[in-house]
Amino acid sequence: MSSFDWGIIWREAPFLAHGMALSALLVVVATAGGLVLGVVLALMRQSSRSWLSVPAAGYVTVMRSLPLVLVLFWFYFLVPLALGRPVGALASALVAFVLFEAAFYCEIIRAGIASVRAGQTQAALATGMRQSQVFRLIVGPQALRAMVPLLLNQIIIVFQDTSLVYVVALRDFMTSASIVADRDGRPTEMYTIVAIVYFVICFSASKAVEIYQRVPAR
Amino acid sequence: MIEISDVSKSYGRTAVLRGCTAAVKRGEVVVVCGPSGSGKSTLIKCVNGLVPFDSGAIRVDGVSVGDKATDLPALRARIGMVFQNFELYPHMTALQNVSLAQIHVLKRSRTEADTKSRQLLARVGLADKLASRPDQLSGGQQQRVSIARALAMDPQAMLFDEPTSALDPEMVNEVLEVMQALALDGMTMMVVTHEMGFAQRVADRVLFMDGGEILEDTPKAAFFAHPSTDRARQFLAKVLSH
Repeated sequence: MSSFDWGIIWREAPFLAHGMALSALLVVVATAGGLVLGVVLALMRQSSRSWLSVPAAGYVTVMRSLPLVLVLFWFYFLVPLALGRPVGALASALVAFVLFEAAFYCEIIRAGIASVRAGQTQAALATGMRQSQVFRLIVGPQALRAMVPLLLNQIIIVFQDTSLVYVVALRDFMTSASIVADRDGRPTEMYTIVAIVYFVICFSASKAVEIYQRVPAR
Repeated sequence: MIEISDVSKSYGRTAVLRGCTAAVKRGEVVVVCGPSGSGKSTLIKCVNGLVPFDSGAIRVDGVSVGDKATDLPALRARIGMVFQNFELYPHMTALQNVSLAQIHVLKRSRTEADTKSRQLLARVGLADKLASRPDQLSGGQQQRVSIARALAMDPQAMLFDEPTSALDPEMVNEVLEVMQALALDGMTMMVVTHEMGFAQRVADRVLFMDGGEILEDTPKAAFFAHPSTDRARQFLAKVLSH
């Protein structure tokens, strides 16, 4: 066991933390931007006007059929072409993540709304509420509650997927650990700590959802 | 109070209502019965505009339901409705369920609304269940909360869409008793139900529907003594044999 050098983790902690910061930034931007765009897409898909619903449905179908790596590559080369100037790997990765995740958030939001029984809307309408009130007071809160586990699951997937940004030469947490592992010949130590960190973060997140679901609503 | 004239509706090629005409006068209790799929629920949901109809007219308290210019939310606020599956809001307590529309539709203050809700929940025998959530209540209790929720709006009429059909048999009576008390108070009621005992005790008139048509519109005594159509006779023979 003496051949292991666990101290390397502490010595390289700042480098790893830097990678984690990039992963965190990607998760936050992909989730926030993806949710906003996802709500817009979900509303468009629900619309009875086909010039809104058809493009939204097409967008979601296409995005969900492509691997994220491809979308990352695509925007890495496409965004500079469209803008006529280089934008850097980080900006193109952020755009790619937001546009890719929006398609998944759109479907989660739609599933959440669909999970609320039609009778709930009828009951609320029958008391004289207007459509906007029905959504805000009855359908929205129930849909959100149904969505939380799916949303969190998606955020965990985004977190794990941030490791793909190595293809556009960005250094996320996983890539940083991999660099150290190769450079110093310490794969066991580095990949062990990577596994532990991913596990702790994802496990606590799903525990948090479990607790949330047990607490009755406001 | 409720006037239904020549109302028809179809889903695609299936006609669910064919030329229905009926009226419920102020203070009257009208029971609508008939085999499943006869259009009873559709008809009662047309009355407050939850289901749009294709032709004919419905007027509630003089207001035309099918008219595009009608403020349907304002009209619905004056007509209470109770559903087969209760449809209480699962994310709220019994008290919040009853107070919600008072606050957001009638613009009552929370204190005022909660006071009214407490009175109504006590009236339906649930004074000790104010803080319970729907999933902590039995079906009969949930349906009584939903009656209180409708009454909280001070409705001019109440619509009941099979209010006891989803209940276990031992809970049917507690709901029927609340409805009977309402009828005795003079509430205008239109009730879709298979509970012929309730119809015999409480109804003024019985509408019998089959195949989307109102085949009978008869005072209660006459309906049970000698229904004028064969289909009504067969229906009664079936439901009264249990």
